[in-house]
Amino acid sequence: MTPKERMAIAPQAMPEQDPLIRARNMNEVALGYTAEMAKTEASRCLQCPTKPCMKGCPVAINIPGFLAKASEGDFEGALKIIRETSLLPAVCGRVCPQEKQCQKFCTMGKALGDIDKAVAIGRIERFCADLAREKANNNALSAAIHTPKAAPTGKRIAIIGSGPASITCAADCARAGHDVTMFEAFHKAGGVLVYGIPEFRLPKAIVQSEIDALKELGVKIELNYVVGRTRKLKDFIEKDGFDAVFIGSGAGLPKFMNIEGENLVGVFSANEYLTRANLMKAYDEKGHDTPYWHGKKVAVLGGGNVAMDASRMALRLGADKVYLIYRRSEAEMPARKEEVHHAKEEGVEFLTLQNAKRVLGNDDGVVIGLECHKFELGEPDASGRRSPIAIEGSEFILDIDTVVVAVGNASNPLIPSTTEGLEIDKRGNIVVNSETNMTSIPGVFAGGDIVLGAATVILAMGEGRRAAKGINDYLFKRP
Amino acid sequence: MNEILEKKQLSENVFGMTISAPLIANERKAGQFIILMVDEDAGERIPLTIADADKERGTISIIFQAIGATTLKLSKKNVGDYLPAVLGPLGKPTDIRGENGEKPGHVVCVGGGIGVAPMHPISQALKAAGNRVTIIMGARNKDLFILEDRMREIAGNDLILMTDDGSSGRKGLVTEPLKELCESGGIDEVIAIGPPIMMKFCSLTTKPFNIKTTVSLNTVMIDGTGMCGGCRVSVGGETKFVCVDGPEFDGHKVDWDLMMRRMSAYKPQEAVAREHTCNLYKGIK
Repeated sequence: MTPKERMAIAPQAMPEQDPLIRARNMNEVALGYTAEMAKTEASRCLQCPTKPCMKGCPVAINIPGFLAKASEGDFEGALKIIRETSLLPAVCGRVCPQEKQCQKFCTMGKALGDIDKAVAIGRIERFCADLAREKANNNALSAAIHTPKAAPTGKRIAIIGSGPASITCAADCARAGHDVTMFEAFHKAGGVLVYGIPEFRLPKAIVQSEIDALKELGVKIELNYVVGRTRKLKDFIEKDGFDAVFIGSGAGLPKFMNIEGENLVGVFSANEYLTRANLMKAYDEKGHDTPYWHGKKVAVLGGGNVAMDASRMALRLGADKVYLIYRRSEAEMPARKEEVHHAKEEGVEFLTLQNAKRVLGNDDGVVIGLECHKFELGEPDASGRRSPIAIEGSEFILDIDTVVVAVGNASNPLIPSTTEGLEIDKRGNIVVNSETNMTSIPGVFAGGDIVLGAATVILAMGEGRRAAKGINDYLFKRP
Repeated sequence: MNEILEKKQLSENVFGMTISAPLIANERKAGQFIILMVDEDAGERIPLTIADADKERGTISIIFQAIGATTLKLSKKNVGDYLPAVLGPLGKPTDIRGENGEKPGHVVCVGGGIGVAPMHPISQALKAAGNRVTIIMGARNKDLFILEDRMREIAGNDLILMTDDGSSGRKGLVTEPLKELCESGGIDEVIAIGPPIMMKFCSLTTKPFNIKTTVSLNTVMIDGTGMCGGCRVSVGGETKFVCVDGPEFDGHKVDWDLMMRRMSAYKPQEAVAREHTCNLYKGIK
């Protein structure tokens, strides 16, 4: 095929549930490509010799390589290439912000003058991973067990947390032949993949199959274990015989707006709101004990992926009206483009250049409204985004009964505060060597949101991988 | 998985259990709590205070009142059954007077209902640190007192029993003897654990005397590690998380009315779980 012919192929749209129907169910929104669609979409790849897409990928997947295989219908071959560098293709195919990573640099998108017409790399990645999982009857299968495992080294590694950074680090360490134990505070492993990202965006069965794969690889998982409280981190090394420790405990401390009325009944952090629904399955009232708040008119504060998840979850929990309130304009929203699009389609009303000023409550302390004010954009700030300036006298009151605060997470101080000598920065993030991910304590490594601040699944994976390499180097250099 | 090794019914719907949890038993200090689940797939996560622990046996003891969906299910479990999730020890330990620099003194411990359970290890530690410990226990009637003998071991003649109906000890509220003690002077600290309304009024009682008053809160929680923020309370105008900043706070600074409102947020749903919910006792550990 000539480049011209490839450019003539129409981009394959993702089949999706109808917006108004899906807004009331928990099933996955994007239904996935068919084999024919995946093959066609992969054929759009121009196979640029410079592989610009790869530089957008935090784990540098050989993208043109796997797309070439997929375009021939060799999806197993494609997956094999993906798995050389990525551990969670079924997850990343769904939740990576591709338009800011690989697809941002895609020549096809540039040639057609529309980033939305870039090759849909993530969707093809997802198809390859899903197909393999279906073939294996949803049994444990993943990068892990398909890659050769080194002979046992006799070294023991403790991994704290079980989210994307920890999963990646654990798998890489296990593959290197180390004896790996993972410690998770919740009763289910998976971290933000199970408590934060909703079922309709990332089915939990997929996460479970990745966790099962880790177990097949020999990783032991200790649930209900909060490091810093159940046992101190240093005890792992000084008393329990671990040779190295990886901290991947995530951000995990919700930020609030610090506005009046924020502790009223009916105001939630997005973490709480989503955890009740995702991990605790509160929406399934027939069989689950955890209650949820039956909000009818919900205001979600924030413009990131978590804000999109919370606002879409509110619809699924029975809200009639959901407002998403963001103080900058839509162009500055940090959320994935697709999530913004999906939220709008489902009926979430976007109130941009507006922000909450005060939560109003009744005599029983229950939310009855939200005072907001309007903003305009000024000069770019330190983050490069144009900073919002409040317009005086623009206050108005929004009639709502629920507020979900989704303005990000700070670093959870539990481990730093119980681990002497662990260096943290001003924001509470753990300081690491940028090449090895080792912390100020020899043999203790860290990665993911606890180092980066709130970031993405794929960036956390990249950190976990780098830390695993750091751990290997540390263990083998040591006398 | 944590095995239930002992079970006792302490009063009409109050139960005590000893659970195998070696790591928690080893680390726990007075004032700390656990989060447990009774049903792994469909259950909720609830906080319960650790009433006692035995490092050698690797066990912890809990005392709970069967009033909500989860505590009711828990009360139906028996010796030999396993709990799918027990997480802890959580929260900051009690700052025991006499252990961290300040001189031991006279501490009054007020325990209401099953608030006596978390008070037990605290009063024990206070005694061991050289304090004179006066204990005020309150209940609706004499059948609802728990751990009376063990509290008497600690306080001796300084144990004051209060019942609503006068069936044991004095008839009246715990705040009456508390006020008398404050008036008589020489009280260095008051610790109050029980229903929120009791802790609120104990704090109001000691306020005019300017006596340090510590309370232990038990708000709604999910993870217990600071991740969800559901347990937050306003203390001295600042938002605090009970799970990681607490559970103990200065009773004079807690916004009690706001806290009680937050604790009854799921009232309608809980009423379905059990037709008969006594709101007064909802806040007890």
